[in-house]
Amino acid sequence: MSAADPSAGLYVAVILFALGLTGVLVRRNLLFMLVSVEIMLNAAALAFVSAGARFHDPSGQVMFIMIITFAAAEAAVGLAIILRMHAAGRPTLDADSGNRLGG
Amino acid sequence: MGGMLLPMVIAFPLAGSIILLLSAGEMPRRATQLIGPGSVGLSALCALFLASSFLSDPPVSGSFHVVLWHWLTLPGFAAQIALSLDQLSLVMMLVVSCIGFLILVYAAAYMDDDADICRFFAYMTLFVASMLLLVLASDLLALYVGWEGVGLCSYLLVGFWYGELNNALAARKAFVVTRIGDALLFVGLTLIATDVGTLDIPTVLHTIHAGPQTTLGCLLLLGGAMAKSAQVPFQTWLPDAMAGPTPVSALIHAATMVTAGVYMIARLHDLFLASPFTMVACAIVGTVTLLLAAGSALTQTDIKRVLAYSTMSQLGYMYLALGCGSWQGAIFHLVTHAFFKALLFMGAGAVILRMHHEQDMFRMGGLKADMPGVFYAFLAGSVALAGLPLISAGYFSKELILSNAWNLSPLLWFGALSGAFMTALYTFRCVFLTFFGTARGHAHGHTGLAMAIPMSILAVLAIFGGYMQTPAEIGGINMFANLLSPVFGPMREVGGTGLLLIGSLVPIIGVALAWTIWKPRDAVPAPANHPVQQVMRANWGFDAIYNWLLVHPYFTLGALNRRDGLDRISDGITWVMHGGSQVLARMQSGQVRRYAGWIAAGTVIALCLAI
Repeated sequence: MSAADPSAGLYVAVILFALGLTGVLVRRNLLFMLVSVEIMLNAAALAFVSAGARFHDPSGQVMFIMIITFAAAEAAVGLAIILRMHAAGRPTLDADSGNRLGG
Repeated sequence: MGGMLLPMVIAFPLAGSIILLLSAGEMPRRATQLIGPGSVGLSALCALFLASSFLSDPPVSGSFHVVLWHWLTLPGFAAQIALSLDQLSLVMMLVVSCIGFLILVYAAAYMDDDADICRFFAYMTLFVASMLLLVLASDLLALYVGWEGVGLCSYLLVGFWYGELNNALAARKAFVVTRIGDALLFVGLTLIATDVGTLDIPTVLHTIHAGPQTTLGCLLLLGGAMAKSAQVPFQTWLPDAMAGPTPVSALIHAATMVTAGVYMIARLHDLFLASPFTMVACAIVGTVTLLLAAGSALTQTDIKRVLAYSTMSQLGYMYLALGCGSWQGAIFHLVTHAFFKALLFMGAGAVILRMHHEQDMFRMGGLKADMPGVFYAFLAGSVALAGLPLISAGYFSKELILSNAWNLSPLLWFGALSGAFMTALYTFRCVFLTFFGTARGHAHGHTGLAMAIPMSILAVLAIFGGYMQTPAEIGGINMFANLLSPVFGPMREVGGTGLLLIGSLVPIIGVALAWTIWKPRDAVPAPANHPVQQVMRANWGFDAIYNWLLVHPYFTLGALNRRDGLDRISDGITWVMHGGSQVLARMQSGQVRRYAGWIAAGTVIALCLAI
């Protein structure tokens, strides 16, 4: 079984991260911003796995499992915040309208 | 036991003050009225318990001594926070805590409708704590802490109703003038500390020796005490300090804080004995003050100002006694003065409250019918202040001082006697104008029990409190002098029957003269306006001279120096900071996507720098 070239995984991770970051910066819909953050987290996880494969070190996969856990927790908290905002009477998902802390 | 209880005397009012301060005015009114007087009441209970255990079972060393902690230890100098209770501080502790408690109970009723009652009691309890630290301190540095604490509370309470500019100005004046004295005191303490290597009072008193440096130190301490006690030439702040609420005048500017200087000199009497020059200066300052202040009191129209000048005058008697070396006389007069002057201020406060904050005696009159209880209490205080023979506490303490003054110099005795005459005159002028004659104003409401009970207790003390110490001709009771003899040594036998007779007759003549001048008539009395009397009313022109000599040049200098170069530097720093913050504040748009962008950009830059 021929192992995939680990550096290819790293390239994919970079592309995924850039896509996620662009999504966070460009999207105004809070749900899509959450999805983009998930993509960035997964990019980081992929980078860990690829690096673990390159150095034959299992801790890369340990980190992967931890990041998945983080991502689940983050999604739970983020979705809960959005639900609360909706319950508090906020009519929109537009992130730019939440600028009351502006200086 | 004493060691356990002694810090509690200070801790209770301090805790009360901290609770009230931290509540930031949110404390309910009832709770404030409970915590304020209650904490001082607990302190008074501790003090009474300590007094009974001290007197029934005197400690072998002569005093309870508690070291709380070592403040600082330097090569050649060490200071500790220590409390010590001997007979002198026992007397002072009882005066401060018990009379303080009575005044705070009175104040709870007096300030009942004030919006800021919480702030008021926070400052009052802080004052009591500082004053107790001052009298119980066994180290001059700790005494100085209490000394500054009472000065601060005096400032805060004189300017309590700071909404009016005049009150704020009076507070500033009181603070600045006493601060000059504090600076003198601090320099004096530093001088002693460099000489002796410690400020522990017993050590200082044991190692001190006569010399020019001791004389200088004593003069500086005397200067500090004089400013605190409003003696000439520092007396200008006390009449203005009457801008504060009346319980403040009773507690701080009559019974306790202004006597702090007297206490300090009595506490350091061995030091002052080593400097005869300072003693003579002290006696002369006292005599001059008591005469000038009595003259001013004769011409005042404001009832509280009469009492303020009479306080200065009575403090003058105490300084005269200190200068004569009659420590017992000074402390005895301090105690009786605390009784009757607190009572007089309470009476004046009750009058002022029921006249809707009218303080001009020429607009009162005939109040005897409207408020008989207050009248009799005020009369008891006036009798004691005038020093009418046998039926007043003030008589015995004043006689003791007069006989000691005769012993030092007949001239000083004559000055003090003239002062006694004027005291009777102005005191009963005040009584006749306020309570007799035709009513020129109308009293409203009634005086509640919380005000009546402290006043009646003090009235009894003002009448009978003097029987702790009587001359040989009248029983020869020596309770007070015997109590204090471990501190001051046995009292000298001075005076004679002739002196006593003259001293007893003079106040009676004064009251009689006051009756002939200010007895009730049909015509409405008006204040006399002869130019001499105007000068006397304006504190002999001291204020005008100081304004012309010190205040105006100082303000002119300040105005000239308003735009100096050094300010430009700090202004420049402010300007740069302000501009920078304006630029950076634009980043704070409140939009989370921009923040994310900035974070990403920052991370990229940081990574570039790292690689």
